[in-house]
Order: sequence, then structure tokens, then C-alpha cells
Amino acid sequence: MSSVDYQLVVGLEVHVQLKTLTKLFCGCSTTFGAAPNTQTCPVCLGHPGTLPVLNREAIRLAIRTGLALNSTIPPTTKWDRKNYFYPDLPKGYQISQFDQPICQGGELKLPGDETSSPRTIRITRAHLEEDAGKSMHDESSGSADSRIDLNRTGTPLLEIVSEPDIRSAEEAKQYLTELKLLLTYLQVSDCNMQEGSLRVDANVNLHLQRGDELVATPIVEIKNLNSFRAVERALVYEAQRQREVFEDTGQRIGEAPKQTRGWDDNLQVTKVQREKEESSDYRYFPDPDLVPIMLPESWVTELKSDLGALPAALRERLKTEFGLSQYDADVIVNQGPDMVAYFEAVASNLKDAKRASNWIQQDVMRTLNDMEYSLADFSIKADDLAKLLQLIEAGELDNSRGRDVYQWLLDHPGTPEEGMKALGIASVGSDDLLDLCKQLIGEHPSAVSDFKAGKKQALGAMIGAARKLNPNANPGKVKDLLSQLISHED
Amino acid sequence: MTTGIESKDVLKVAKLAKLQLTEEEVKRLVDELSQIVGYVDQLSSVDTTNVAPLDHVLDVTDALRDDIVISSLPRESALSNAPKEDGETFLVPPVLG
Repeated sequence: MSSVDYQLVVGLEVHVQLKTLTKLFCGCSTTFGAAPNTQTCPVCLGHPGTLPVLNREAIRLAIRTGLALNSTIPPTTKWDRKNYFYPDLPKGYQISQFDQPICQGGELKLPGDETSSPRTIRITRAHLEEDAGKSMHDESSGSADSRIDLNRTGTPLLEIVSEPDIRSAEEAKQYLTELKLLLTYLQVSDCNMQEGSLRVDANVNLHLQRGDELVATPIVEIKNLNSFRAVERALVYEAQRQREVFEDTGQRIGEAPKQTRGWDDNLQVTKVQREKEESSDYRYFPDPDLVPIMLPESWVTELKSDLGALPAALRERLKTEFGLSQYDADVIVNQGPDMVAYFEAVASNLKDAKRASNWIQQDVMRTLNDMEYSLADFSIKADDLAKLLQLIEAGELDNSRGRDVYQWLLDHPGTPEEGMKALGIASVGSDDLLDLCKQLIGEHPSAVSDFKAGKKQALGAMIGAARKLNPNANPGKVKDLLSQLISHED
Repeated sequence: MTTGIESKDVLKVAKLAKLQLTEEEVKRLVDELSQIVGYVDQLSSVDTTNVAPLDHVLDVTDALRDDIVISSLPRESALSNAPKEDGETFLVPPVLG
């Protein structure tokens, strides 16, 4: 096959662990990493005769997320049982939401970048459900049994389902990146993929043009996607695979059952897991143990007013109020709310916000990276960086001496002024500067006459010499004063 | 009243419920399920055009609790009813994949 003659069509299901202290239907802790089976109780163990009681905070976080995704929050929501057997699901059913999810419809706007334009991906729904436990099978231990840890059982998940609006692997990554950023700003989840607090399944098929007809291949659900990179690679692989299978079999959507495949990160392939059970096989029915939940408009309105600034709005603010480019605004917003606050605190004290953006991107972010610090641990507070950049702005320091002070501030407690003093950087008084320039003019007669003849770059040699005579002399100021003096000589 | 429950329906439900049934049991369940489904089918004869669906029989909503941690069971108790355990985890026949 010569070129790509198909359209990839992808919908994503993202399971987000909500940042509650306790489980969805009982008071057991949700802390990650506890010793196996130390965070369970009769409710989450599924013992007979127990009753689930819903966690208000999970509802609050779900509504908050829905509002940020422009979902409709219905006046009531209810609970259903999804029935299936698996060893990590003690009750034999998962409490989930079938026909009345807490968030209905919605959208996520992708900002676009240098190579892609902004797009809107529609959200189908987001519903709450309880997480299952963890099965571990260690083949090397020689044990024939699988070990089950039920600490995670009952942890609240919000499953966010997109419409099949995603058209490439790259776009899937953009969607996930933007969604994760949004969830981080909302503080509804830790979004830690290593700890499983953000899990992704992808529904994938292809649209092919066959003459006048648009043909769709059978839909495949890909599981076990443990990183955004895995999502990207699995989609690229799966597109290729489905294209080849279609060439062989000609099977269209509906002509083969929906398949579930797992991504193998080592082999970089998807492998068949099972033929997808039809949705009705889960025999959903309303959970008689749980009463419906009213979501009064007053509560929803209150939560809406409490959303805070979100990434899309912040990018706009950095662009319009501070004059940053789309790229610079993106970089800062992607660092999270703390970095945006840091930037704003520095930039609002400067004439040129771009200077704050440059220093934050080139120096602050590099330091944080190198030292694996978060902004909270960073010793140069916004006030100090603002002061340092003000000194540069005022011509008291040039950029390279500024970096020396920055480094000093990293290593010592103190203010930028104290740093300058400690480094022997003194601002040169105007009398001293005048004397210096007069001396230079006296010592460089040929450069002076070259400059008079119109060779502006002739000043370069004199500025270099100035630096040797007095390293604290600001080259910009020397240059200005020199050209002033020489021009007035005649 | 015939409800159209056949042995293949019983076998499908049995499979989903992980039940193994003898031929005799299947026969008996076809009869019993037909009666139950027939009884429920009677409800369909009522005109419910203007009746809102009943999600729950109790006239109660919003049984919510605050997000406050309470102590969990000691692990020993949590594992105590398991047919097989290793002191840390529940043991079950191998689960692969």
C-alpha cells in the first residue's frame, strides 16, 4: 500500500481516580501504597448485609469536572449495578451509573500548536463508579494462585467518555494532555499514571473510501495503555493492523464482534484479549441499596463560581494581559497553577513581561528540572526574581551579571542587592562612567574617527576595553554615553 | 401465558451467572422463569405514558456522608472468611492477563 488512504477514528475512555480521602461508599482510606488488605471493611469487601453510603466529596469533584468540561449536570443522578465476575470484584457487581450519569455531554477544547490548529472534542458523558481491587500473579514465585489486594476496591472513579472525534494518534495525545492539565488545575485527581490514578482505554476503527462508499472497520477497544506515549504508539500500530486485516478479510463494522485487545509495551503490539461482551450481558439494573441523588441548581451554581482559573482562560490572560505568544503562554500554563502565579507575580513588577517569561523558561524551569524541585521548594521567590529583573531592566546589571546573581541567590539566602554586593558588582556612578568613557576616547583615536565616519561597529572595541577597565560598567550604558560624547565632540 | 423463555435463554443466564445446570434443572428453570417473567409481563399491560420511571421504592434521596476516614478492619479479620489466604492477600485460582 502506497500512502495512507484511511481515516483513523478514535474515542477515549479515561478513568480518573478522584482525590477523596475515603472510598466512594465506605469510610476506608484511599491512600496509595498501603500494605495489602489493610484498607478494607465489610462494605468494600462485599459482605452480605452491609449497605453502601455515598461520599459527598466524590459528587462534588465529579460535578466540578463536569462543569469544566461544559457538561450538563442533571437535576438527579442514580446508581446501577454492572454485573460480572472477576476475583478482584468481591460483590460480583460494580456500582456504576448506566442511564443517568452525573455529567451529560460536554466538550474539551484542544489549544493546537505550531503544527495543528485548535479543535473541539465532544464529551459523551462522565459517570461515577467504584474501582476494583488488584490481582497479582507472580509466575516466578512458583505459586499456582493469584494474590488479591482489595485496598483499591471502592475507590471513586470518574469515567470520562469522549465521542469518536479524535482523528490521529497525535490528537489523542493532545486530548489526554489537555484533559490531564485541566484535572490538575481542578485539583480533582492526582493524575498519576504510575499509581493508576489515570487510566485510558481507546476505541478505534478506520474509515476507508471504497469508490463512492465510506466503509468502517470493526471497532476494537485497546486496554492496558499505561502512558500517553503508549496510547500514541498503540493507535499508530492498530491503524496499520486494521488496515491489513481489512485487506485480508474485507470485514466491516457489524460483521465481526467488538474485540478487546491489550497493548504490549515490550513487543509494541496489540494482542487480542477477548471478544467484547455485549453491553446487555452486564445486566445493568438500578441498585436497590442506593437512593437517587438530587443535584440542586444552587449547589451546581456554587460549584461553578468556585471553579477557579482554568488552562484555556489562563493562556488567554497571559496573551492579552502580558503580551506573551501562544507558545510562551502554553509553556507556562502547562507547568501548572503555581507556575502561572509565579510568572504573574514576577511579570506584574516589570515593564516587559517577556523578560519574566524568558527567565522563567530558560533559568527557573531548568533549575527546577536539574534539581528535581517543585516550585514550592524553590529558594528564589517571585519577589526576589522580580527585583533581580528590575535591576536588569534599570540597567544596573546586564543579563550575564544577572545570571551570576541568580546563581548566587540559588546558593545563598539573601536579596539580589546582597548578591550583587557579595559578588562585587557595584553599580557604576555617572561620574565614574563619564571618566571611563573620556579615558576610552583618549586611548582609541582611530576607533573614534571610524565611528565619526559612520562605522557604528567601531564602538565594539571600546566597549570591550571598558569591560577590562571596569567589569561593573554596564556595556549598554557605556555604548550610549560613548556615542553621545563622540557625536558632541564636533 | 407464554413468555417465550426457552432453554437457550436459561443456559445463557446460567453461563453469565457461572452456574452449571443439569438438563433437568434447565427444564425446571424454563418453567419457573416463564412464570416469573409472565408475572412481570402483566405490568406491561398498564398504560404508563404519563408516569415517571420509579428509580427507587423509598421516597428518600441524598443519603450522603462526609469524606472522613474511619478505621478499616484489621487485616486478619478481613482475610478471616477467605477459603484461602497467605496472611497478606486473598488467594484465588490463577488470573492471567
